[in-house]
Amino acid sequence: MSKTITTKKLAKKVINHEETLILDVRNTDEFDNWKIEGEKVEVINEPYFNLLDGIDPIADKLQKDQEIIVVCAKGGSSEMIADFIEEAGYTNVYSLEGGMKAWSEHLEPVKIGDLSDGGSLYQFVRLGKGCLSYFIVSNGEAAIVDANRMIDIYEDFSKEQGAQIKHVIDTHLHADHISGGRKLAEKVEGEYYLPPKDATEVTFDYTPLEDGKDIIVGNTSVQVQPVYSPGHTIGSTSFIVDDTYLLTGDILFVKSIGRPDLAGLVEDWVGDLRNTLYSRYKELSEDLMVLPAHYSFAEELGKGGKVSARLGDLYGRNSGLQVEDENEFRKMVTENLPPQPNAYEDIRKTNMGKITPDTDKQKEMETGPNRCAVEG
Amino acid sequence: MEATKVLDAKGLACPMPIVKTKKGMNEINSGDVLEVHATDKGAKNDLTAWAKSGGHEILENTEEDGVLKFWIKKA
Repeated sequence: MSKTITTKKLAKKVINHEETLILDVRNTDEFDNWKIEGEKVEVINEPYFNLLDGIDPIADKLQKDQEIIVVCAKGGSSEMIADFIEEAGYTNVYSLEGGMKAWSEHLEPVKIGDLSDGGSLYQFVRLGKGCLSYFIVSNGEAAIVDANRMIDIYEDFSKEQGAQIKHVIDTHLHADHISGGRKLAEKVEGEYYLPPKDATEVTFDYTPLEDGKDIIVGNTSVQVQPVYSPGHTIGSTSFIVDDTYLLTGDILFVKSIGRPDLAGLVEDWVGDLRNTLYSRYKELSEDLMVLPAHYSFAEELGKGGKVSARLGDLYGRNSGLQVEDENEFRKMVTENLPPQPNAYEDIRKTNMGKITPDTDKQKEMETGPNRCAVEG
Repeated sequence: MEATKVLDAKGLACPMPIVKTKKGMNEINSGDVLEVHATDKGAKNDLTAWAKSGGHEILENTEEDGVLKFWIKKA
């Protein structure tokens, strides 16, 4: 029997940029759509059904004593193939527990830095989807921004930190993943905030996020200032945390910018997007550290797992911030739109409370990459 | 549709539906049709890709009450 590896252990290898060899045995369509990525991750794809008569198709790509992590959709086929490989005389073979399904749900907390008055800011990296959420803790209180569906992870983490979750905030109505915000806020009896312009169709109560109306975490210590920054959605709101960090949501990423089309209003919103990126953000301090809600490229994941960059540096190197001309910007954004995320319309409806799919259905809706960015 | 052999892979998780289908195919002749029943949702994409790689033809597939059915003609 071959050994298994947990998603937690694999996540550590990925964020620490360790050499990792993955043999993905899902069918090639699924592999091409979505796979495990990382700076030092090498992935070989060979569907398990091509290996039932023996591992000859891949034998010359593997070394006998090399660490090989076999991955499939749910963990069943990878276990079988890992056994086959081991029987063929390879000694360091693992099967990923729970497969890509579990990988999609893993959140890895990465400390970004300390806040004034002893607090801290953590980035939760969802390696399988590229979603980033944030945990701001100060004086026994916590605020969570852009929470994922797996809310137990935030609850457990806040217990470890000895903090109570008071504020749960979504920067916008998400289209690529199911928000855990409302459920988490209900569970901890905290407040759930949404931008009112994104919430016109929601079926539940929420606290409106308003530009200039600060949220205070831990009495008087840490300020979370909303900055209205439309463009990905009409309500998209960014946050300045402790005068140091800029949480940009899906407006500005490290290597790319947000896409304005997921609610079907690309022509209207591209102007808002340009205004936010080329004037609103320009009025802010260049020294703010940008912390986005997503990353799309393995190279955006810094060593240790941080995804961040100085705002001023992004004006020099982010391809989406180099197009001053309005028409050219319009052209760049509208002509470079990637395919839309899996089930994004149903995901939006779920986040509005209009439909309530069961957990299995929700998992299925979320498979695949996030695709919230446009690359210039 | 007339099948030479019917294979029940209901309730089995991946990779078993394909493992059994492959075995079932070995027991029929070229041109014969194997009918496969499965409940694992991943079976559809995997069977399609597997059949294609072996040159087999999926003549028809249906989904009723959570049961996926396939009719596969052996190459």
